[in-house]
Amino acid sequence: MLPNVAEIVYCKDTSCPNRRNIDVGRLLKEALDELGYGDSIKLIETECLLSCEEGPSILFLPAGKSCPFLVDVNVAEHLKTCLEELQRPSSPLFHAHSIDDDIPTTEDVAFYGKQLPIALRNRGHIDPESIEEYIAHDGYLALYKALTAMTPEDVIEEVKKSNMRGRGGAGFPAGRKWEEGRRYNVVPKYVICNGDEGDPGAFMDRTIMESDPHAVIEGMIICGYAVNAGQGYIYVRAEYPLAIRMLQKAIDRAREKGLLGRNLMGSGFSFDIEIYPGAGAFVCGESTALMYSLEGKRGMPRTKPPRSTESGLWGKPTVLNNVETFANVPQIIYRGADWFRSIGTEDSTGTKVFSLTGSVKNSGIIEVPMGTTLRSIIYDIGGGMQGTAKFKAVQLGGPSGGCLKEEHLDLPVTFDSLPKVGAMMGSGGVVVMDDSTCMVDVARFFTQFSVDESCGKCVPCRVGLKVMLKMLEKIIVGAGEEGDLEELEDMANHILCSSHCGLGQAAPNPVLSTLKYFRDEYEAHIYEKRCPALVCTALIQFKVDPDKCKRCGLCPRVCPVDAISWKKKEVAVIDRERCIACKSCIRACKFGAIY
Amino acid sequence: MSGEELLKIKETYIQEKRAEAVGGVINILVHMGTCGIAAGARKIFDFLQNESNRMKLKNIKLRSTGCAGLCSREPMMTVEVPGRPPVVYADLDTGKAKEILEQHVLGGRPIADYAIRTGFEGHQTRVIIGNV
Repeated sequence: MLPNVAEIVYCKDTSCPNRRNIDVGRLLKEALDELGYGDSIKLIETECLLSCEEGPSILFLPAGKSCPFLVDVNVAEHLKTCLEELQRPSSPLFHAHSIDDDIPTTEDVAFYGKQLPIALRNRGHIDPESIEEYIAHDGYLALYKALTAMTPEDVIEEVKKSNMRGRGGAGFPAGRKWEEGRRYNVVPKYVICNGDEGDPGAFMDRTIMESDPHAVIEGMIICGYAVNAGQGYIYVRAEYPLAIRMLQKAIDRAREKGLLGRNLMGSGFSFDIEIYPGAGAFVCGESTALMYSLEGKRGMPRTKPPRSTESGLWGKPTVLNNVETFANVPQIIYRGADWFRSIGTEDSTGTKVFSLTGSVKNSGIIEVPMGTTLRSIIYDIGGGMQGTAKFKAVQLGGPSGGCLKEEHLDLPVTFDSLPKVGAMMGSGGVVVMDDSTCMVDVARFFTQFSVDESCGKCVPCRVGLKVMLKMLEKIIVGAGEEGDLEELEDMANHILCSSHCGLGQAAPNPVLSTLKYFRDEYEAHIYEKRCPALVCTALIQFKVDPDKCKRCGLCPRVCPVDAISWKKKEVAVIDRERCIACKSCIRACKFGAIY
Repeated sequence: MSGEELLKIKETYIQEKRAEAVGGVINILVHMGTCGIAAGARKIFDFLQNESNRMKLKNIKLRSTGCAGLCSREPMMTVEVPGRPPVVYADLDTGKAKEILEQHVLGGRPIADYAIRTGFEGHQTRVIIGNV
């Protein structure tokens, strides 16, 4: 099946003088069957296509190219030629005026061409405030199918069959969780959507909630039906006001249309949703802490068992899933589990949304099939490094994740492939780092974040992370000594093994992975009192290397305190007494002469 | 809401879009996710709104939509002319928006220098109204 033809649109305007009584639809159908594409290419009949000087036209989608429908030739042959010619970028076979030849098509732009939007299928195309537009794009048809043609058990089976794993990062099979939730014969039951997205630099869920709120809502209602819950909550972090607004508008519209409330679609099933804004605590992204927060209590995690599916919100069975997980549900029900399974890998089916940021040319939100390599994400979709920057590391999964090097770039990104090398996909944050980044500083940054966000309940996390932070700061100011790295590693492993919840258990990951792959950088900080990336100010001497200085006179111009003296054709000299260590000179110097 | 009513809403939407297309209505979508707004998309939207009012343009439909995905190139907008695939523009300011309005929307000539892509995305659910 040719990958870039999904539909052929033909016109049926019988009043058109050019039609000559040709039954375009029938001829196309016969030709497609003859070529063997009868099942894979859909035929769509429509009104005038407005590009028909030579007679009826046919339009190929998603390429958006149209050509005349020739009848005095063998239709199957002509179609075959068209399908082949579609692979050529500017084939003269197609109407020149249907696209501007200087503007690349979606397939040709790597950022878009290599993506496969499923959770994000509607983003940027529909008005998120219009429920009519969502419905017109096959919205709520999955709900209709579920409520009228499937039992709750059927729905759970389909989600199980799809093997969709939780997109929040833990990767627990959603179908199994729903099955657990259904098991308990207790009322009421709850469905919670975790929209707390606290990882610094991750904004996948924000994009979904802002651009296609109804997808999340539809997914939640289907879940409620499957597990027999009547009330849903969307816990959205308060730092996402636009997402909260869009979701609330969508809820209001859905209620107006009877898609939320009592007796949905005459099925007897009732379900409603309320939004609960968070209050700025990263730990409330942990599901048990989130539920306490929803109850009005302090957001702190608890021991499991019992799992939340047995006893969660207010002690009742609760099914909690991530925003992206819910956004995939309608498509799984509508198109079927087999379709979902055909994408991605065996154990990581479907797609994953990533926020690609850092030193790449194209940063933004992307969605790719599971199993795509890091190299493809960074160099094809991301367009490679910005300017003259050199790739150093890629950080995945936020403060719970690890850093990987160049040698790991050909790894496929799935739930299971990255833990083998000490990293994890996490919720989808991908930060690309170049050689102006200090990996010790990165470890310190994420550890500081975890210290700030620790709820304080357990000693390993509350005290241990602070101790790790102090050790890192000691190394960064140049007071590092023999034995520090072993102690750091030891402490990190203790915290990882004995913390009460995922925050503490994963917080040492940035330290452990940078120690594993960038130990030489730590050693430079400790034994040479040097920061190779020139980030840690205490370890920068602010001296000019006479061998590298090209005597260009740029650094004295950028120094805000006139600490650099320079005469034409002489090496610049920095007065350390006046210098305030702002690093403007280091940033400006094109020859790396200042160290 | 019954299944028939759902399909009726879809059908009504398609009819409206068809009428728009036949009437030559051009859709301009300004991408207003938080990233777009942070980059200045609201200014672009307001500018286009004001220009459209000032010039009393009847066949323009200005809409806001979510993030287009390429956040580093915001503000962005998509121009949908009936019968043609959509064209997505990036790195906008009010000056470029004005040029696009005049040359592409009113004049029918897309500006290749400002555009980043044209066509549809895979698995994007498309509503086929005829004058796609």
